[in-house]
Amino acid sequence: MSASAPASAAGPTASAGPAEAAPAALEVRGLTVVHPPRGGRGPARAVDGVDLRLEQGEILALIGESGCGKSTLARALVGLTRPTSGEVLYRGTPLRYTGSALKAYRRHTQLVLQDPGGALNPRQTVFDAVAEGPRLHGLKEGLEERVRSALSRAGLRPPEDFLARYPHQLSGGQQQRVVIAGALALDPAVVVADEPVASLDASVRGEILQLVLRLRDELGLSALVVSHDLGLAWNIADRVAVMYLGRIVEVGTVEDVLLRPVHPYTRALLSVLPGPDRGRRPTVLTGEAPDPTAVPAGCRFHPRCPAWAALDGPGREAAGCTVRELPVLTADPGAGRQAACHLVDAAADTPAGGAGTAGAPGGAAQAPGAEDGRG
Amino acid sequence: MSDLLDAVALPGREEPAGSSRPGRSPAPFLRYLASKVAAALVSFAVTLVIGFVLFSLMPANPVQSLTRGRPTSAAQMEHLRHQLGLDQPVWHRFLSFVGDTLQGRLGDSWQFQQPVASLIGERLWPTLLLTGTATLLSVVLGLWLGVHSGWRHGSRFDRLTSGISLTLWSVPTFWLAMILLVVLSTGLGPIPSLFPAGGMSDAYSPSGFGHVLDVAHHLVLPCLTMVLVVFAQYVTVMRSSVIDELGNPYLLTARAKGLMDSQVRNRHAAPNALLPSVTVIFLQLGTVVGGAITVETVYSWPGLGFLTYQALQVPDLPLLQGTFIVFSASVILMNLLADVVYRFLDPRVRAQ
Repeated sequence: MSASAPASAAGPTASAGPAEAAPAALEVRGLTVVHPPRGGRGPARAVDGVDLRLEQGEILALIGESGCGKSTLARALVGLTRPTSGEVLYRGTPLRYTGSALKAYRRHTQLVLQDPGGALNPRQTVFDAVAEGPRLHGLKEGLEERVRSALSRAGLRPPEDFLARYPHQLSGGQQQRVVIAGALALDPAVVVADEPVASLDASVRGEILQLVLRLRDELGLSALVVSHDLGLAWNIADRVAVMYLGRIVEVGTVEDVLLRPVHPYTRALLSVLPGPDRGRRPTVLTGEAPDPTAVPAGCRFHPRCPAWAALDGPGREAAGCTVRELPVLTADPGAGRQAACHLVDAAADTPAGGAGTAGAPGGAAQAPGAEDGRG
Repeated sequence: MSDLLDAVALPGREEPAGSSRPGRSPAPFLRYLASKVAAALVSFAVTLVIGFVLFSLMPANPVQSLTRGRPTSAAQMEHLRHQLGLDQPVWHRFLSFVGDTLQGRLGDSWQFQQPVASLIGERLWPTLLLTGTATLLSVVLGLWLGVHSGWRHGSRFDRLTSGISLTLWSVPTFWLAMILLVVLSTGLGPIPSLFPAGGMSDAYSPSGFGHVLDVAHHLVLPCLTMVLVVFAQYVTVMRSSVIDELGNPYLLTARAKGLMDSQVRNRHAAPNALLPSVTVIFLQLGTVVGGAITVETVYSWPGLGFLTYQALQVPDLPLLQGTFIVFSASVILMNLLADVVYRFLDPRVRAQ
């Protein structure tokens, strides 16, 4: 490992200049992505009104179960999916969907995909894979040096050993590092990582997560990490956004959301984490898996909501979970922790139905290296 | 020898994390090549046996068919049998057949009274010209259409391309050839006679560049027929392998790096989708030498296909045997080439 001197002088934060009021590295406003109807089903509202800010130098974890729209949101963030409505802002400037504007945008915002084996072209050597971005963006001067530096920053050392290799000659962890190096070679300001460690084994996961943290510390990188893994969020994120059926349902600092969750959905997710001395029973969500082609009226979580189910008849009626629409959570920097739940709104911080006490998420809190990882 | 190669090859194939160069050392490649050449030789040996059995042991009596319709005495028949070597025992005939073939002697044609080898050599070039041109054109056309229709599968362009190419693929070659002949050569209604009806050049063909133009003029119709019938298979193979590539995340990575749609298609999807097509192209190249019996016959193109047709009518067994061996050998050779080329195109195969 190299000496972890703050290398931010060469990093993108410096080149951007000291911005007044520091616009968010990446921001989305009212983002909606509707997939056209297919196979007799209605249009799918994969992302259904999302406001989100990613501050400069921040790591934000986007958590949610499969099919909740988090990958679609990630793709919209890097401009791969064109939103049906709403906008994506990079440092305060709305993204335009023309060929040249997208190309310029991708110089600064890079995507790291889940399956490292598939994310690399099997016929490209490591050098070609990493050099492709710089070549495309006209960074041909010192290309080899740039590739070497990206590889060694991604932890592939010495880089010379890897340049001429093909993806099938690398292990899964090495492949993921090559994918990350391919993103780093452009010195991006923002990295959007879609399940970056989901397909890797535990020891390699730790290394990759350390790498992401180091890059943030050394280069001032902002990162949005999409995952369904709460332990991962605990280990690396500054803030956590929980997504359910196309909406953000709870957002706040990692301590707020994971240690003191208020939204019944977040609580249910946390309650099933394994832990030693847990006095409470896990809340297993029942009901149908969420379907973006048929979003329920009112609170979209109410058909599966344990807090709502625990209410008695009149209480349910009064709560109005089935009829009253919830507002979209704002992305204002000063907003602090928010949760989109009628029951939370009513009683300040705890849901009226009380789906178990909000204890520390044992499994996550005791994840190895959690504390030093979040230095 | 193979033990030695094994020992040399193993370190290169293991590829542990620290080794410096990927599997490009020549030893595994030589081993690979040797095994493929050996397999090709076995195939060729089997072909020789089949060729001998098919044409030499057929129950048909060649002497009888040769003398059909002419008054022939029994002594004359016996003389002919002796002349053709048919009075020899079977094993003797087989051994001399194998020996002759390996030395490039394919016997004499009964019909043309010429060595089969020189007949084939003479007819090889027209066939290579016709089928080579047609294959080249249909590969280029088919792959281009395949890439574009696969990339936008389900689009109007895709449906049109697939519909037309599959329709032409299903059309009988001789029928299409005759329709084109009637419409474009004989002339139909307002359409004048645009192209010659057959042959490779006019009887009064000029020399030099004029001759080239004349041959090209004669080439148009047979070549067009072959392209129309054949290009569909490249379209379908290329289209489906492009569609297979579409789901791969590396295309998304490429796009996220800033490549435009057409760059992603041309730099990533199409080259990778080409691999399955290479197999089809080489299989097709093997049949290039065999030519197209139907097309050459309809247009009286003086190639190997037409020669085979002429041999079949007699039947001129040595000639048939000769063309059979040449056709089979070219298919085997092209398969061998496909294996080698594949190895250079796909690093995953290269590493094995």
